[in-house]
This record gives sequence, structure tokens and C-alpha cells, in this order.
Amino acid sequence: MIPTKLPTSRVIPHRIGKAIGAVAFTAFLLVPAAEASSDRTNSGTGVSEDIIIAPNLETFHLDNGLQVVVIPDHRAPVVTHMIWYKVGAADEPEGQSGVAHFLEHLMFKGTRSHPDGAFSKMIAERGGQENAFTSTDYTAYYQRVAKEHLPLMMALEADRMENLVLSKEVVDPERDVVLEERRSRVDSEPGSRLREAMNAITFVNHPYGSPIIGWQSEIEALNEDSALAFYDRFYTPNNAILVVAGDVGVDEVRSLAAETYGKVARRAEPGERIRPAEPPLSGERRIAVSDPRVRQESITQNWIVPSQTTGPGKTPEALDVLANILGGGPTSRLHKSLVLDKEAALSAGAYYQDGALDDGRFGLYASPRPGHTLEEMETLVEAELQKLLDDGVSEEEVERAKHSMISGAIYAQDSQSTLARLFGSSLASGQTVEDIQTWPSQVMAVTREDVLDAARTYLSGPPVVGELRMEPTAAPETAPETALTDDANHEDRS
Amino acid sequence: MAKTLPANAAFRALLIATFALVGLTRLAQAVEIQKVVSPKGIEAWLVEDHTVPIVAMNFSFEGGSTQDPQGKEGLTRLLAATMDEGAGHLTSEAFQARLEELAVSISFSTGKDRLFGSMRTLTPTLTEAGDLLALAVNDPRFDPTPVERMKTQLATQIRRNETSPDALAGRSLANAMFGEHPYSRPTLGTEETLGGLTAADLDAQHTRMLAREGLTIGVVGAIDAKTLEPLLDKVFAALPEAGDLQPVADFVPATGEKVHRDLEIPQTTIFVGLPGITRDDPDYQAAYVMNHILGGGTFTSWMYEEVREKRGLSYGAGTSLSPYEHTGLLVGSAATRADRAAETVSVMLAQIQRMASEGPGEDELKLAKQYITGSYPLRFDSSGKIARQLVALQNADLGIDYFDRRNSEIEAVTLEDVKRVARRLLADKEPTVITVGPAQG
Repeated sequence: MIPTKLPTSRVIPHRIGKAIGAVAFTAFLLVPAAEASSDRTNSGTGVSEDIIIAPNLETFHLDNGLQVVVIPDHRAPVVTHMIWYKVGAADEPEGQSGVAHFLEHLMFKGTRSHPDGAFSKMIAERGGQENAFTSTDYTAYYQRVAKEHLPLMMALEADRMENLVLSKEVVDPERDVVLEERRSRVDSEPGSRLREAMNAITFVNHPYGSPIIGWQSEIEALNEDSALAFYDRFYTPNNAILVVAGDVGVDEVRSLAAETYGKVARRAEPGERIRPAEPPLSGERRIAVSDPRVRQESITQNWIVPSQTTGPGKTPEALDVLANILGGGPTSRLHKSLVLDKEAALSAGAYYQDGALDDGRFGLYASPRPGHTLEEMETLVEAELQKLLDDGVSEEEVERAKHSMISGAIYAQDSQSTLARLFGSSLASGQTVEDIQTWPSQVMAVTREDVLDAARTYLSGPPVVGELRMEPTAAPETAPETALTDDANHEDRS
Repeated sequence: MAKTLPANAAFRALLIATFALVGLTRLAQAVEIQKVVSPKGIEAWLVEDHTVPIVAMNFSFEGGSTQDPQGKEGLTRLLAATMDEGAGHLTSEAFQARLEELAVSISFSTGKDRLFGSMRTLTPTLTEAGDLLALAVNDPRFDPTPVERMKTQLATQIRRNETSPDALAGRSLANAMFGEHPYSRPTLGTEETLGGLTAADLDAQHTRMLAREGLTIGVVGAIDAKTLEPLLDKVFAALPEAGDLQPVADFVPATGEKVHRDLEIPQTTIFVGLPGITRDDPDYQAAYVMNHILGGGTFTSWMYEEVREKRGLSYGAGTSLSPYEHTGLLVGSAATRADRAAETVSVMLAQIQRMASEGPGEDELKLAKQYITGSYPLRFDSSGKIARQLVALQNADLGIDYFDRRNSEIEAVTLEDVKRVARRLLADKEPTVITVGPAQG
């Protein structure tokens, strides 16, 4: 997921229930355990089976096909207004990687009736905050505003759905911005380069193998024509989901939506989202990125597994429980074995990226303590996995994982934007409102056998392996000094 | 294990109750802050809201990394990293397992001036969460194994910072502008100082810093004053009245230095620094408005417009005010292709210059004030956000009515105020300019 306009990218991984699958996948891979520990939650038995996430949510469709989701939360007089297009980097034409994200940047440039970035100015004048982000399966735009400005946000976002105007004059500098963004976020970060390379060898036929931001040479070739062609093909009410969370009722949203989005014609029929399948491949797949700037080595193992959308029955929830047991917190197997007992790793864990239209990913990772090697990490991680595949998991482990996951879902309800993102991203990735709301009961239904079954079915084959390595003779190019601030409360100072 | 868990019915009731109580509170328009004083004299500010069954508590102690003794840089940061790694009768593993089991989170962090802490719990586990927090605050163990583990992790962070452009630029800026002042010390310490730290050092630092004097507490969520009072006593009442803090001097940061550090990356990171302003300065709100126009958080600031929108030089471009207890900074930042670094620096400096000499127009001031006041309610839409602000209000001594006062203070800022503060902060000063990236030809 690539947010577009944040001046700096201090994204803090936040492990809240299932929201993590869609949101935090790339972020928390290499975070040391101590840094990632602030929101770990967890454990036990006795959580009810009929918990519903956002029980007062309502959803309906407009005649033009737009789905509307309303999540009332009246604690503060503000709303989060998000439009989610069911199109992402995996829907791009061959050779145009990055066009979904490029278009997302260009959507801020203006329309016939609101030219020259007028939308952003109008939001700022009203104290609103806005941004947008692109993922493999969706592109989303949002504003957070005082509730009285919701009608205007809806009018302007609806305008932007069909009236975008682009000229070479605004498109050319924006392409430079995206190229700088790529240099900042990927090329300057060895860990990001490894993730990009791992994706490319994990998905060799499916478009998930292309980077969301695009390959540099293909970004350079993008222009207003390619962006507009993409826009005209995918930006249409029947390919979008509106999510409004906050201090508003469903009736109000219904009538506002009819007056704004309801006036936008169906502009296209994007059709079914069928992407090339990923074939089974034989042979070992392994990639190493070495860089003199690497100061902490790590190893990652990836498997392609079903997502919430493609997984049959309880499989996704079983994989989620499995990720928790293997590597979801301080009592997880990998942490306990590699970090605490053997004192060989600085951090070790697991993740399940469950939010995807097509298959998702399951990963294990470890970073060695000084004096230990990547080879050792790989052996230890494999041993833990093998033990689980041989002996299964305990009842207590399953209960603890479930409790953790469901508590996370309760914490998530403290934030209207978290809920809006959870529903928007999941719906745009092919799930239904009911799937999402009843996720806790699906989790509760997972048994030890389900977990073992999922592990044996999906993690028995060889993983794709990624190694982040120091260059053996690397000397620091600069004096050993540290950051100015690693904690600050400035945002609250005025 | 079952005994520690919320009962079935209670847990179910929680979720179903979520959002059932609607329309009762109007945070930000009228956030009602209660001043709660426990029987043993611990004060906390409370915003009671039962919509979501969560309790968020944030707190802070006086003294941050400036209290690291000479040669023991990184001690306060290590203290923050180890207080939740075993306490009382619970070893590190047992403590963490208990938190996980209860779905409670407790964490500590440090800034230059203060040590921060936070706790999050669901209401059925409030008592157990309070017990764990009391242990961590009063009786951390500092066992050798977890202390070594945390030292190793922090040392790794130090090494990573050696090749991070942002961290390097920040370090260079601190060296250049903070000079010999304790603020120039790296919060994480160095590998050498960190390596020498012991459990005895941690104990001593804990004794010096964790005291009732200067303690500030903010609580938000499904808890009333009656329930909060004993919790406050349990966690904080046993602390000594006063700590033993080294005085820290007020100072004005140095300016004018130009530093380049080579780093083989495809981009040059740029930091431009000037003295800023402290929170208690009468011009603070005017400076806040001025910074917003110059390079603040929206997509309409001068920096954003000139560096990014018009020229496509950088993905991010902006300025921020960092008010510390004893000084302030104003820092602009951007990252660009190495061959356009010089151009980017001059565009950034030109905006600062223009703000100092011309200042904004009346319409720009109006729009800025509209944004700043209009966006204020967005800071009140989750318990954690409000709890952090309650602590910040107390730390800056802004008064319990600040939430209500704040927007009128912004409204009262005049064009003359903004121009005056712009001249005061930006005119006739040579900014410190830090660049980190490929060697300069």
C-alpha cells in the first residue's frame, strides 16, 4: 500500500485484529520486537461466538451500482469519508506497472469545475485532512473532516469520479515526484529492494509480482494518455465502494449519496477481475540483496496461501491462528525459541497477509543476534515449522491466539478510520460485509485440527527465500551516530 | 488460564454494547475533562466515555534523555525498554505472557525532556492491567537476560541509523545546532556507552526519575472517577515524592553550519534548521500559524507548492516546529535526486526568506486559521489520541480549559503577529543546512 502525499512516511505498524493483514504487511517485517511491542494483545478461552464487528453498520447500493457502507460513531463530531475503487496495481496493462498509483497522484490535479487542485484547497480551508493510497487490489481516497463538511466532500469526490482533467503541464512534474518517491521508498532502502525482488520471484506469472509503485523504466514511460485510459476503464460508480464512518446516520448518507454519487453515470463495465494464475513451479527460489548499508541481516520465507477471499471455509482464519501461534507475539513459538530460549535471534515472527483478491502470502522471518548467522536462522525457523507440522498445536495455543485476534477487533472499534479502512479494503478485495462482520465467529470456530491441516496443506512445500545481507567487508561510511529524536509528542503541542 | 479471562457473557456484552450508547458526548466541541485526585494525592485528568469498552491511560515523568549521566548516554532509553521486561515476581517472559493473555498493552518511551508511558486495556481486565502497570512502574527487575537482549536490539538500531539518511541528517543537525548542550546527546546512546550500561545503572536511573513530582496522567474511556482513584493509588502512590534530576539550561541553537555526509544512495536528503520556539512562548500560536503556511501539514503550504507541485523535486517537502522544554527548532526537509539537491536547497531557503521579508497575505492567513481550527476536532476521535493530549496539556502547563480556549487563541492571531514572528524566527539568520547523499562533485 502506498500512501501518496504524506510528507514523511513514519508509518507505524499497528497490529489490530485482522486489519493487519491488509495494512501492515510490508511495514512490520523488519521491526525489532521491542519496537513492535506496543500493541500486542492476547489470549485465552471463553470469548463469545456471536461477536459482530461494527454491529450498527449499514450498507446499500445506488442504482448506478455504487456500494455504500455507513459506520456510525458519534463520539466526536467528525467523519471519515472514503471512496474505494476496485482496481489496483494487479489490474494494470502489461508494461504499464505503476499506472494505478500514478493515476492516484494525478487525481489531485483537478476537474473542469474544480481545476488546479481546488479540491485539496477546499479541504484545507475547512480543516480537513486527506490522502490516498494504492495497493495491488484497490485504490482509495479519503478525507477526514468536521461532519458539516461531509456533503461537500461527497460532491467533490463524485465530481472527481468522472471529470478528471489532465495536461502535460501537470503530469510531467508529478511523474518526477513519483520517481523521487520510488527512490525514497524503494531504491534507498535495501529492505524494500529485497521485498520487491521477493515479490517478483514469488509471483512469476501473476501481476502481484510487479511493484505497486512500478518499475522505474515503466514509470518513466507513463503519461496523461495512459493515466486517462486507466481512469476511463476503471473509475466508475459500479466499480467503487463508498465508506462513511463517524458522526452521521444512514438516512443522511443515503440522501447525500443520491444527490452526489447518484448523478454519476456508469462510465464503464470493468468486468470480472480475472488475473493470470500463478503456476506451481519446481526448484528452489531464493534471492539475496546485499548492500553495504545493511546493518541488520534478516531472512524471510514466503509461501503463497489462500487469502480471505480465495480461502475455502475456515482456512483463512486457521492460517491467521497459525501465524499467531508461530510468530504473533512474545509467547509465540518463534519468538520463544529463537529470541528467548536460544538467544540466537534479535527478532523472529510470522505473518499472514490475508487481504487480497487472489491468493495471499504466509511468511516467517528472523534476524540474527550478533555472532549468529542467517544460515542458523534458517535452520532454526525450519525446525520450528517442522515441529509444528509433525506434532500440531495445543488447545491452549489455539485459544490464546483466538483471544488475541478477537481482542484486537474490539480495540479496532476505538477508531473510526481503522474500521473504515478494514471494511473498505476487505470489500474491495472481494469479501462481503457479512464475511467481515462475522470474522470473530469464524475465528472462534477454528480447531487444532484446522490449524494443523492448514499448515500441512500450505506450508509443506519449499518456500521462496529472501536474504538481506551485509556486504562482508563493509565499513561504515559515516561516524556512528544516531537519530535526533526517536520519540516525540509534537503533534499534540498546539 | 481460564481464571484470568473475561467471562463469556461479559465479553459478548462488550461488543454488543459498542456503539449502542450514541450521541451522548461531543468531544472536541465540549470535551469534559475531570480533574481526579486520588485519596493519596495522585492527580489525573479524565475524559469519561463509555462508548467503547476500552480504557487508555497515558502518563509521563519529568526527565528524559537529558538525564543520562555523562558517559552513560542511552540509559533512559534503555530504562524505557526494560521496565516492561519483568517486574515484581514476574520474569520478563512471565510478564509479557501475562500481558498477552489479558490483551493488555503497556509500553514506555523516552523523549529529550520526559519519560512517557501508556496502558491500554479492555474494561473486564482493568484490575489486572493496573496490577501489571503498578509492577512495571514501581518494581522492574532488570534481570540480566532481558537487559542484554534489549541492549542488543538498541545497538542494532544504532547501527541501522548509521546508514539511514534521515537518522544521519537528524544526528548532524543535532550536533550542529545543539552543540555541547545535553540535547545533542543521542537518545539511543552510542554502541560504546550502551554496551557499558548495567542493571545497577538502570536501578539508579529509575530511582532518580520515577517520582510523583512532575508526574502527569491522562485517562480516557469507560471508567469513572470512583474507579480511577484506587487505580491511581495502586500504580503511582508508592513512588517517592521527588526525584533527583539534573537541571537543564535553556539555550538558543546555533545556526549557519553547512554539513554534507556521504552516503551511497540514489537521493540526497536535506534538512534545513533554524531556532524555533518553546511552547510557553507568547508567540507560539502565531509561530504555529506561520509554520503552517510555510511548510505545515497540508498540501497547500509554500514548501509543498514550490518544491513538489511546481518543480517535482521531492516526494515530501515541509517544515515543522519542534518545541522542547529548553529550546525550539524549526526544521525543513526534503529528499531529491542528487543532481538537483543544490536547486532544492535554494528553493527551500527562498521560501524561508520570503516568509521573513514579505510574510503571507491576509487570505493565506485566513485559510491557515480555517484549517488549523477546523481540523482540531480530528484530534479527538479515539481514546488514545485524547489521552496523549491530556498529558501534553499538563506538560506544557496549558490549563484544563485549553481544549475550549485553543481555537480562539488561533483566531486571535493577526497578520502582524505572523509577520512579526516570521521576522523574529527567520530574518537575518543563516539556516543550518544538512545534506546526506552521494558525494558532492
